[in-house]
Amino acid sequence: MNFELTEERQMLQDTLRRYLADKYTTKVRNGIIDSETGFSAEIWAELAELGVIGALFTEEQGGFGGAGFDLSVVFEELGRAGVVEPFLDTGVLCGRLIAALGNADQQAMIEEIIGGGVQLAFAHTEPTARYDLSRVETGLQGPGETRLTGRKAVVINAEAADHLIVSARESGAVDDTDGISLFLVAKDAPGLSLRGYPLLAGGRAAEVTLEDTPATRLGAAGAAFPAIEAAVAAANVALAAEAFGAMNTATDLTRDYLMTRQQFGRPIGTFQALQHRMADLLIELEQARSAVINAAGHLESDPRTRDLEIAAARNLIGRVGRLVAEESIQMHGGIAMTREYELAHIAKRIVMTDHRFGDTDYHLERFIDLSTAA
Amino acid sequence: MDLNYTEEERAFRDEVRAFLEEKLPKATADKVRRGQELTKEDMESWHAILNERGWLAPNWPAEWGGCEWDAVQKHIFEEEAARASAPRVIPFGLSMLAPVLMKFGTEEQKRHFLPRILSGEDWWCQGYSEPGAGSDLASLKTRAVREGDHYIVNGQKTWTTLGQYADWIFCLVRTDPDVKQQEGISFLLIDMNSPGIEVRPIILLDGVHEVNEVFFDNVRVPVENLVGEENKGWTYAKYLLTHERTNIAGVGASQAGLDTVKRMARAEMQGGRPLIANPHFAARLAQAEIDLKALATTNLRVVSQTAKGGAPGLEASMLKVKGTIIRQEINDLARRAAGPYAMPFPSEAVEGDNDPIGPDYAGKTASQYFNNRKLSIFGGSNEIQRGIIAKVSLGGMK
Repeated sequence: MNFELTEERQMLQDTLRRYLADKYTTKVRNGIIDSETGFSAEIWAELAELGVIGALFTEEQGGFGGAGFDLSVVFEELGRAGVVEPFLDTGVLCGRLIAALGNADQQAMIEEIIGGGVQLAFAHTEPTARYDLSRVETGLQGPGETRLTGRKAVVINAEAADHLIVSARESGAVDDTDGISLFLVAKDAPGLSLRGYPLLAGGRAAEVTLEDTPATRLGAAGAAFPAIEAAVAAANVALAAEAFGAMNTATDLTRDYLMTRQQFGRPIGTFQALQHRMADLLIELEQARSAVINAAGHLESDPRTRDLEIAAARNLIGRVGRLVAEESIQMHGGIAMTREYELAHIAKRIVMTDHRFGDTDYHLERFIDLSTAA
Repeated sequence: MDLNYTEEERAFRDEVRAFLEEKLPKATADKVRRGQELTKEDMESWHAILNERGWLAPNWPAEWGGCEWDAVQKHIFEEEAARASAPRVIPFGLSMLAPVLMKFGTEEQKRHFLPRILSGEDWWCQGYSEPGAGSDLASLKTRAVREGDHYIVNGQKTWTTLGQYADWIFCLVRTDPDVKQQEGISFLLIDMNSPGIEVRPIILLDGVHEVNEVFFDNVRVPVENLVGEENKGWTYAKYLLTHERTNIAGVGASQAGLDTVKRMARAEMQGGRPLIANPHFAARLAQAEIDLKALATTNLRVVSQTAKGGAPGLEASMLKVKGTIIRQEINDLARRAAGPYAMPFPSEAVEGDNDPIGPDYAGKTASQYFNNRKLSIFGGSNEIQRGIIAKVSLGGMK
């Protein structure tokens, strides 16, 4: 066993941390959140230049990473700085689906993704699906057709996306894992309409309606589910790492505050009631770090092992994340709830992770199912 | 002991229900149910409706227009009002300043201000916290210096809830900097239209403008606006805080929140069944409900013991800590129940004339979860409350 980062990953981590600490200040980020697009094209381009997106792909695919530990290094740093740009959507979810299922022409898009020149969104979840990955009702005009009709919910980055990757059901019941296909839909495709809106924790999403919308196949008919599960597994590693990064920032801010805020004539960090709670956060943070390592280290394992470790990590990160967010706010007091203070955004990033690809309870059940399955 | 309502109490409950059914504006109740922001007019209108019925001031004596309800009546009214999605009554004048004026104010102050609080003519806000004086309130620095018939006030208050609407602010100010902190504080009533006052909004993490900073730059306050004696303000402030805590358990709000979570969990489907049938979610929900049942009884026991007004210090502290923990847990359940539709920014999800994004119960859940973190922070944080409980229990242990 070896718990050291490779030299390349260590370099990437250092570079990213320096760049974001310098550039991605609270003020800059709040400006980005308030902007019409909800993300900064300049930051996107510069981070692509620094190799953030390339690190999400294997050498074979044209990148220089692509493993679970590459994802965890990148997203931990993005999480520390509370980055709202859609690296998860374009880089992890859509990038992986294209790499796994695309034909030669479609694979060519990966070079553009790595270079930062294209935006993508994964339009999969439907309005009544919650976190059920196989619940897809969006349909085709008829057998062999590729015109789509249906609705997709809370599609992050949909407005900025040059293409949407849309799931549709080709056969079977609404929640069968077999019978789901993926399609590429161009942003100006007829019959595609978006209702865009900002998200509570930054970034933008849209409700997507498809009506007889022409699409191009991505992969074989009816067989997309394993690739969707694999892409979502990678996204879950990234989300866990991102939340963990944000949790580090929350505890750092809280420690600084406890050491400097004076009440009753002394720093509040001298009160034992708060010292013990700070200690608990630090203990739980180490648990969270280990959970992320477990998940990232099993991203390349067989699907059952992979999904078991990921469910464990998302459950633990969800529980610890809530604790860290709530305790950090409580130990700060009202200041932590104001928009101008960094912790407000960081706490939202941590807690709202719980609403993507399953909350703490969902992952608990998934862990039980996977660990009790023969 | 008898846990059942008497015949009179049941009749009172029916009367409250009929009143809410008839008088609570439907549009306002809909906003409350969805968690939408209320306008100043919405709040003033509900205040006026309650005043007209004589039900605005449960804790006031009859001579000033109060209804003098007993503990059970107050509980019934609170529970029914929350269930009907009535807005909360703005407490600053009614439940915070008024008891102080009744006990420590001059006849003139009572005759002038109390009727205007009932009529809604004066909107009050609270000037307690300062940037450097939060949990350690007695370290406040806003200075008032006597000059002839006036005090000249300089300094800054913060977390002033709904100060943007206020006509008046009741303020703790330092009138003697040379004595023990608690002994140099006075309680002043200040006209918000006075020259030298500036109100600046604080935007919270859900984008809402609910609290403010209030700056005082050589503000002249007539000496007749001093409440009680100079340098005795800390006593009045503590008296006020026991009244601020009258309804601190928040049983009605928690009950209404729990009903909403159940409604959501029946509508949300996951894994082919309603969320309410999911054993993990159901267990969390049941635990919150079990805790709330006990809290409702604790609250009634405590409030019944005190003839009128606020609960005694120790029990009030207990009710506050447990009440806020339960309410925050219910907010967390609502956020979870909303699923992915908790993610949109609330102002886009449920405000305005557009259709809500996703189910109409979902859009405010996450922002309410965050906003209600304040419950364990304001009015004496839960750490301060635990300190009080420990001090009473462990006495003078060193």
